[in-house]
Amino acid sequence: MKQFTLMTGMAAPLDRANVDTDMIIPKQFLKSIKRSGFGPNLFDELRYMDEGQPDQDCSGRPLNPDFVLNQARYQGASVLLARENFGCGSSREHAPWALDDFGIRCVIAPSFADIFYNNCFKNGLLPIILSDTQVDQLFEEVAATVGYQLMVDLEKQVVVTPSGIEMEFRVDSFRKHCLLHGLDDIGLTLGFADDIAAYELRRRQEAPWLFDAIK
Amino acid sequence: MAGKTLYDKLWDQHLVRQNDDGSALIYIDRQILHEVTSPQAFEGLRLANRKPWRIDANLATPDHNVPTTERSGGVELIVDPVSRIQVKTLDDNCDAFGIVEFKMNDTRQGIVHVVGPEQGMTLPGSTVVCGDSHTSTHGAFGALAHGIGTSEVEHVLATQCLIAKKMDNMLVRVDGQLGVGVTAKDVVLHIIGVIGTAGGNGSAIEFGGEAIRSISMEGRMTICNMAIEAGARVGIVAVDQTTIDYFKGRPFSPTESQWDAAAAAWKELVSDDDAEFNTVVVINAADIIPQVTWGTSPEMVVDVTATVPNPDKESDPTKADGIRRALKYMGLTADQKITDIQLDRVFIGSCTNSRIEDLRAAAAVVKGRKVASTIKQALVVPGSGLVKAQAEKEGLDKIFIEAGLEWREPGCSMCLAMNPDKLGNGEHCASTSNRNFEGRQGFGGRTHLVSPAMAAAAAVTGHFIDVRELMGY
Repeated sequence: MKQFTLMTGMAAPLDRANVDTDMIIPKQFLKSIKRSGFGPNLFDELRYMDEGQPDQDCSGRPLNPDFVLNQARYQGASVLLARENFGCGSSREHAPWALDDFGIRCVIAPSFADIFYNNCFKNGLLPIILSDTQVDQLFEEVAATVGYQLMVDLEKQVVVTPSGIEMEFRVDSFRKHCLLHGLDDIGLTLGFADDIAAYELRRRQEAPWLFDAIK
Repeated sequence: MAGKTLYDKLWDQHLVRQNDDGSALIYIDRQILHEVTSPQAFEGLRLANRKPWRIDANLATPDHNVPTTERSGGVELIVDPVSRIQVKTLDDNCDAFGIVEFKMNDTRQGIVHVVGPEQGMTLPGSTVVCGDSHTSTHGAFGALAHGIGTSEVEHVLATQCLIAKKMDNMLVRVDGQLGVGVTAKDVVLHIIGVIGTAGGNGSAIEFGGEAIRSISMEGRMTICNMAIEAGARVGIVAVDQTTIDYFKGRPFSPTESQWDAAAAAWKELVSDDDAEFNTVVVINAADIIPQVTWGTSPEMVVDVTATVPNPDKESDPTKADGIRRALKYMGLTADQKITDIQLDRVFIGSCTNSRIEDLRAAAAVVKGRKVASTIKQALVVPGSGLVKAQAEKEGLDKIFIEAGLEWREPGCSMCLAMNPDKLGNGEHCASTSNRNFEGRQGFGGRTHLVSPAMAAAAAVTGHFIDVRELMGY
């Protein structure tokens, strides 16, 4: 998995609550059997004026000038500032894949939907929860300053604004450890193969019907 | 010490290892696979040269992409080449890894969340995962079930475990009895309206109370299915005799020699009387009447007798902004009556409402009536080949066709429009599915979530109507 340690990048504000996974990456793009290439279709229905199709060249499609990521000042953004319950809806990992492929490395919001939050960590993408007040402040500052940059330090668990204000955030120690070192968690779990086998042996006595083969 | 909740019990029974850093390893009894979220997981296994841990714990079926029109020609004749490749990739992966798959034209094929319980693959006290957020459905049986991403699909294939963190316990208790013509779908839409689309974030929701106890297994599945629309990955209902009876004679149910022991163990799958929940929400069943969503989030729901909200009356600016945005997308005006919303299409199906009971409820409404002339299309898509066969045995297909609805092959269909079943730009649809997000059922499509009976009533009138009024309840 991709590492996440420390980054500095331009922030872009997506000012709406309950941004769902259908919005992040619409269903027609889920037909791909690959993990990459979703970036041009990130927020497809918000970003373009027409209906996008899989495998289409997006360079000539009409852009929605009102959509924030289309504005000149936010080109090259790598931190997405969002509102509550970001990523609600489906379990599609295509959502973090699309954000990552677009160049977003970190999403900051007051809250995230559980499955999306979890999927981010599997893909080297850092979702950060800050308070409503802090998020409000960042929205104000980003609107006020062209080229507004944030520094995100995972080791220290802080977001640092251009004026040097540090906003602390919480993250599970296991997830942090995996992100900092870019660890393969399947490999880690297989390190506990003996525990898994022991569990199966015990559980098979208690509830043998759960081990009947699907055949 | 306080007793345990059902979720606590299920967690404890599946705990393989508790790590010092707070993370835990949880054993997964069953995984269901479909074509959309599995290809990259299989590819990951191959690239890392890993073997599945327990191949016979998995079951696969294609559902999201499959056409619901005549398809006896098989996968090769799926018109959309991208969909065809995805369905074929599932077939190829299952063949290569030796995973049991109900392929597109197998009678047992269907929507993952209909097929799992129907086959007895989902069992009380089991952990069930699938790369689909509506896996919460299986919690109806006292199983710990939730959706996972593709990386976790690969993780479960390789290790039969998930790295997890325990969720909070939330109880939603529905007291009293439901009125006639009020269904499980109305209950869950009402609950989402009360707690909001993020109300269950970080929690496992147990649905309890007298009203839930009196609901059938099909109805409980509808409720748990939409736990995720309230933000909760997990929805569960305690085991009772209704649950146990459901599993008699299903293909993967415990064998006769195991049955008594299994049933005895299942009876323990209830929250202790003195169990403590982090949050308790109490709802009075008598307050629930047929529900209709008007906006672009499942929490944007009102009684069928109500009007569309007015953003000027909302004090929270973010919410007011959300209402304005939703009204614009939906082409509605503030304070408009729900029953004045004119519809273009009707969709009866999805993992929320495509089981036999749902089809019976819809058929009872359309029987002897005709689809309104203003409705361009009314689809009935059964949840599985077995549901379809049962419905045909009962003559429901004839009732639907006679009334002017289309009777289709099983799949996810217009719930998420990955196959050719979709809404046109600006069209309003009465849908028994689970999400009314922008573009969900087609680019520019406008979804209104309702129960099967309400969708059927909308089909024959061309607009929303209180099904209780239509049926003279």
